[in-house]
Parts: sequence; C-alpha cells; structure tokens
Amino acid sequence: MDEGTRPIYLDMQATTPLDPRVLDAMLPFMTGLYGNPHSRTHAYGWETEKAVEQAREHVANLIGADSKEIIFTSGATESNNMSIKGVARFFGRSGKKKHIITCQTEHKCVLDSCRHLQDEGFDVTYLPVQPNGLIKMEDLEAAIRPDTALVSIMTVNNEIGVVQPVEEIGKLCRSKKVFFHTDGAQAVGKIPVDVNKWNVDLMSISGHKIYGPKGIGACYVRRRPRVRLDPIITGGGQERGLRSGTISPPLVVGMGEACRLAKEDLEYDHKRISALAQRLLNGLLAMEHTSQNGDPEHHFPGCVNVSFAYVEGESLLMALKDIALSSGSACTSASLEPSYVLRALGTSDESAHSSIRFGIGRFTTEGEVDYVLNAVKERVTFLRELSPLWELVQEGIALDSIEWSQH
Amino acid sequence: MSVAAVGSETAFQARSLYRSLLRQSKQFAAYNFREYAKRRAIDAFHEHRAETDPRRVQELIQKGLKDLQVLKRQTIISQFFQLDRLVVEGQKTGKQTGSEGGIVRQKDTG
Repeated sequence: MDEGTRPIYLDMQATTPLDPRVLDAMLPFMTGLYGNPHSRTHAYGWETEKAVEQAREHVANLIGADSKEIIFTSGATESNNMSIKGVARFFGRSGKKKHIITCQTEHKCVLDSCRHLQDEGFDVTYLPVQPNGLIKMEDLEAAIRPDTALVSIMTVNNEIGVVQPVEEIGKLCRSKKVFFHTDGAQAVGKIPVDVNKWNVDLMSISGHKIYGPKGIGACYVRRRPRVRLDPIITGGGQERGLRSGTISPPLVVGMGEACRLAKEDLEYDHKRISALAQRLLNGLLAMEHTSQNGDPEHHFPGCVNVSFAYVEGESLLMALKDIALSSGSACTSASLEPSYVLRALGTSDESAHSSIRFGIGRFTTEGEVDYVLNAVKERVTFLRELSPLWELVQEGIALDSIEWSQH
Repeated sequence: MSVAAVGSETAFQARSLYRSLLRQSKQFAAYNFREYAKRRAIDAFHEHRAETDPRRVQELIQKGLKDLQVLKRQTIISQFFQLDRLVVEGQKTGKQTGSEGGIVRQKDTG
C-alpha cells in the first residue's frame, strides 16, 4: 500500500461528482424499471411516468416554480439555446421584436446563440460589465428598446462567481414587458433561487452542477404570464411540445433526487462551502501580489478566482499536477487564450493570464484545502524565483517603466 | 436526541443508528464520499441533539435508517470501482498503514 497519486478535485464549476444518494435513486431505473414514460398503455410506462413527475416536482420545488413549468432537456446548453432562440424566433416572426440584450461575461452557449440570431437578422446588445463583474442597471435600462424581445443575464458567473442583481433585472424587465431569461446553471442548488420573487421568465438548470448525472438539464418556462417559444427539437410532442423526444427516466430521476438533496441541504452546504472558501481565500490572499477577481460582496463563495501576479497561469496549472484546477471555463480550457470573462472586466492581459479558479463543493474537505494552500504557496514561490520579472519587482522596479530593447 | 425526554429505548435506537452510520461510512472507497458520509452523520446528530418531540425524533430515525440502507448499497458499489487514492490521503506519515482496502491501479498515473 502506498500513498495516493490521484489529484485532488477542485474544479466544481466544470462539473461535480455524482452524489451516491443520487446514484442510489437512479439505479432501479437502469435495471428493472425500463419503461418508456410516455407509454400510457401499460404498467411499465406508468411507473416511470410517476417517477418522472415526482422528479419534476423536486426540480420545481427547488426554484419555487410549479412542476408544469419544468421542461427536461439534455443540459443547460440546450436550455439556453432553446430559450434564447425559441423566444427570439417566436416573437421575431412578426418582425416587431428584433432585439436581444445579453452580457459580455455570459457563457459561450448564450453568446453563440445570440451570434446565430444576429445572422438571422436580429439585433443583439452585449452589455459591458463593471470591473467587479456586475452589470450596471442604468446600462441595461438604457439598452432596452421598444422592440426588445429578450434579456438574458446569468445568475452566477461560471468563472468569477459573481451574482448579478437578478431580482432588480427581473423587476425592470417585467415593468418594460420584456422577457427575462437567466442561466442558473451555477446558481440553482447553491444559492436560494425563487423564480417568482425574481420575476424570471425562463431559467436554465443543469444536472451535473448540482451533484446529479451528466446529460440532463431543465428549463423553467413560465406559464403565467405565458412565455411562448418556437421549439428547436420537434417531433412526438413530449414536454408540452417544447422539447420532443423520449426523456430518460434514470437521468431525470437522478436530477430530481439531486434537486431534493440540494434543497434539503442548501443551508448546510452553503455554510460549509463558505467556511472552506474563506479559509482558502484568506490563505491565498495572504501571499504577496495576489488578488481576487470579481466582486467580493455579491459573490457565490464556492468559486474562488485569484490572480497570481508574475506567474503564468498555465505553468502554475502544470506545476500543480496534483490538483485538478482550471484557469477558466472548461469549454475554453483547450486554448491558451486568456479568459474573455476576465478581459471583459477590464483586467490586463498579464493578470488574466495568471488567474486560476478554485471550485469548492459539497465533498471538499479541510484536508484538501490545506493541501492546496501549501502546494500553491510552494509552487508559486518556485515559479517566481525562476522569473526575471519577479527579481525586478523585488528590487522595486515598476515593470511598465522598463523600456525593452528590440532585437 | 434528548435522552431524558424521549425514553431510553429511542435513545438506544438513535445511538445504535449513529454508530452504524459511522461504521458503514468508513467502507466508502472514495476519500471524498467517505469523509462526507462521516461528517454528515456527525453534524446531523449534533444538530438534532436537543430534539424532544417524539414524532419528530421518530421521523429523523426513519430518515437515518433509510440513509443507512443507501450507505450499505453505495459503499459496496464504491468498493467495486476503486481508483487510486488521492494525494491527500496518508499524507501525515507519507504512506498508508494496515492492509485494509487494497487498491487496484488502473493506470500508472492514477
């Protein structure tokens, strides 16, 4: 027996481990209960349909909605696509509402859906954000036009963890009679969410960010006042005709169970994650030349994004082989480009390149946080010792005052 | 769970459940789940330590029993699909002691 070699998992914004209790709820549906939930003619269908409806209820309870307003999809990306393209196409058909508002720090799937709509002749406003990552309400108010169909602003940012003022945005959109979509993939199950209090019309939820299975998500579509969508996937008319195709009972039941657990343990998990995050953040910020990205006040504690000046982020990730971390969203982790979210905050290229995101979740332990703190301190010091820039900084020379000679 | 208010039989049942949960949670092969199961059991019992309403106590015990069943099934599954240990495990001495829970290396790198 030897000591382990598997890295610590600290990338909870990318995905979370499947909770054993969720797997326990799913297993019967992967073995004996294999009926098609849409089969109305036999018991196999009835039993899975019952389980699916129960799961729908759990998802609805978590966000304060009615179970009839939940549409199961394949994930938050599909939900985002469905909401944005669906609403825009439905209301754009008459030619009156041809404008969409979103924000520069949104997830790629929202930005890309908007880009597609631009090709179809829609007008899209990409709101800038303040240096703390939050949008300015005045900007949003000024951007809303009479022909605006939809506003899409995410609740919790996946890279820096800032919580946008969703409630105020919802109120503003309701008063201007504009539909409001929010990407709640990182928020649902982690912070209290109430679609009625927030006046949200559409919300995307992901299963695998709340300790549920991958490949399942949900979309909240308000019924009163009714939000009408043009469905992307058409066919058998399942899920109120908004998303045809047989739904998968094991995945849906898993997501339902994950939502039930998230609701039950929301306070407990939040308290624990906050304490661990505080411990990590205090340790990291105690090192010299480190700074936190994003607003520290309106912030989900489980996402800690820190810049280590004079260290290249990717080389630090390489040096931290024993910890599974990321410098930003998993979708962009293959490229060496600095994160567009940090760039939108107005962070310099150097700072954006040197930032790392730590994600803390339900299963993170104190031991892991302490190990990470130690390892980061050690490797950052090591990498800085190698760097000639660091030497100059230590001597008190400001880096921007240097005139580099060109060869 | 309040011992005086509920009667000794329930108190005994609660203590026995607590011990079973802790014992069973050790069987998780995965470090994070093992630690979580232990921590959650301890925190839940501490949280409801002063519970006096017998119905509520019974409810909690029933929930605990259900969780124990889940734990029994899931620890077995966890043992079937073992992976290499995490770098934080066995850090204090630098190596694991005892012969319990032998690991199967799936890859050299873990």
